[in-house]
Amino acid sequence: MSAAKPRKRLATVWLAGCSGCHMSFLDLDEWLLELAQHADIVYSPVASDQKRYPPAVDIALVEGGVANSDNLALLKTVRANTKVLVSFGDCAIHANIPGMRNMLQGADPVLRRAYLDLADSSAQLPHAPGLIPELLDQVLPVHELVPVDVYLPGCPPSADRIRTVLEALLQDRRPDLSRAGEIRFG
Amino acid sequence: MSTRRTIQIDPVTRIEGHAKISIHLGPDGLVETARFHVTEYRGFEKFCEGRPFTEMAAITARICGICPVSHLLAAARTGDKILAVSIPPAAEKLRRLMNLAQIIQSHALSFFHLSSPDFLLGWDSDPQQRNIFGLISANPELARGGIRLRQFGQGVIEALGGRKIHAAWAVPGGVRAPLSAKTRDQITAGLPEAHAVVRQGLDVLKQLLDQHLREELHVFGEFPSLFLGLVGKGDRWEHSSGGDCAGVRVMDSDGSVVADGLSEDDYASYLSEAVEPWSYLKFPYFKALGPEAGSYRVGPLARLNLCERIGSEQADRELLEYRDRGGRVVTASFLYHLARLIEILACLEQMERLLDDPEILATHVRARAEVNCFEAVGISEAPRGTLLHHYCVDENGLIERVNLIIATGQNNTAMNRTITQIAKHDLTAAELAQPQLKEALLNRIEAGIRCFDPCLSCSTHASGSMPMRVQLFGADGALLDQVSRG
Ligand code: SF4
Repeated sequence: MSAAKPRKRLATVWLAGCSGCHMSFLDLDEWLLELAQHADIVYSPVASDQKRYPPAVDIALVEGGVANSDNLALLKTVRANTKVLVSFGDCAIHANIPGMRNMLQGADPVLRRAYLDLADSSAQLPHAPGLIPELLDQVLPVHELVPVDVYLPGCPPSADRIRTVLEALLQDRRPDLSRAGEIRFG
Repeated sequence: MSTRRTIQIDPVTRIEGHAKISIHLGPDGLVETARFHVTEYRGFEKFCEGRPFTEMAAITARICGICPVSHLLAAARTGDKILAVSIPPAAEKLRRLMNLAQIIQSHALSFFHLSSPDFLLGWDSDPQQRNIFGLISANPELARGGIRLRQFGQGVIEALGGRKIHAAWAVPGGVRAPLSAKTRDQITAGLPEAHAVVRQGLDVLKQLLDQHLREELHVFGEFPSLFLGLVGKGDRWEHSSGGDCAGVRVMDSDGSVVADGLSEDDYASYLSEAVEPWSYLKFPYFKALGPEAGSYRVGPLARLNLCERIGSEQADRELLEYRDRGGRVVTASFLYHLARLIEILACLEQMERLLDDPEILATHVRARAEVNCFEAVGISEAPRGTLLHHYCVDENGLIERVNLIIATGQNNTAMNRTITQIAKHDLTAAELAQPQLKEALLNRIEAGIRCFDPCLSCSTHASGSMPMRVQLFGADGALLDQVSRG
């Protein structure tokens, strides 16, 4: 090899999920030390203080469905600034548990239960434009809103499978999850 | 002329969830208050209705990927009470074992991965480097140790439940599988390395506290409040209900016991939740004293205050030293970090003891029964504090009502007070007069939140993730400054 490969710019993004997919990423454990030699983590809720999603990201792992206006705005920024967007985990792929509220009529019933029924005399629906986002009526999977390049199912995907995908993407290959048991939900 | 303003930190980073901070200036142009806004909500209390109660462990584990075991155990405990069974002794011990493993991995994550970059690399270190990867370059040995310690905790969870995250293992009536002698020996073999890492973490943190972090003790959320959590019989440290648990204790900062031996079954008679329009995180409080005086702290700091002793040798030695440093009742929230490391040590020692008990290998680990009760409350100590699940079911065991009181939420008032204290101290008139606020100062305000290791996925039980952000508002409510780093 003549020239050293440029380091990849890696991001991890957290929408409406439980962080379990991120924890599974951290379950890469000592492989993280190796990862750090091939990639810069340019944005991540668990491993960076970068507040704004940066431009020219090579790979983004996106956890969670889209449940509120902040999730939606962030997802659009991510898509516009990312080469390979990975729909990371079942919540991102099919809304999963957060999507259970889609069976109800809009966001109102879930809000009323927590903030009106299960509260003291200060009961009220949270509302502070600019500070806290409004819930969307439905929790949507990532690919319904923006194009997705790679799907990595699992609740969460195991660290091994995350590694398989990252190793391929770091070498500009398409990840191959077709081996037995590698594509699984739950 | 008064120009009141607000500063926003958005999002708050290196915490487990989605949040923002806003700092509000008064007519005098100085910091009046700071607010912690949790920006996400998912709705578990509502959408679980109609599901069989036996599914609740699997569903509520998805509240949080950091401490799914807490929900697994609280849901299983609530399920035991719906069946009205006492679970086999081995199952009780195995559940305790898994809870210890989860406290270890979660505390290791909080200390090594998320918080230590602040004080090991420095508040004002390069924000691009101030994270676990920066720590890997600056202090690879400590970073690797932290990673290995978390891996140990996660490994025990996997050994018991078959996977590291969202293991479907604890069930109403017990657990799904017994422990084999081989797995027990594997776990035991990992204990010495885990001990060595936590020892190293304790040495490093105590040294920093003696030298560089004195001010933080007085500025990062040092105030009186109530403390709430489980205690064990004989005033011991406790993390699980059942067995030797003596119920919920509430203590004041002067060490007086406000309430003791409270049962989770009556939680609604002594706990209440207030709502503020500016956060999806509610504000629980001890009902008898009202929202202000009744606000309390939970988690490692509270658990160590509430007990007289931990009940194992090394942890008790550390507890004495900790009390020399912070007082019999520690009110400095910055010492949550030290309390967390002491709890890891306690967990390792208790784990060793449990693994030595031959009964842990017993193969009868599940009691079976039908629905015998229509309402039940389960309680457990999650890494971040006391967790309650409350279900009502119909005769078929389908959920009719759910309420969840989650650890982080109970620290909500304390977190708001903490960031207000730091903002008032650090954002002096001179600093506020600068055209741009120093990034390091805003990071310190975020670090006030990190002391509590909030798990916002959990806390709005129902909500999901949260990066955090800080905003500065004027007296007229106009947005003056936003922190966007990088
Ligand atoms: S897919 Fe599962 S582990 Fe990942 S965020 Fe969703 S609930 Fe959590």
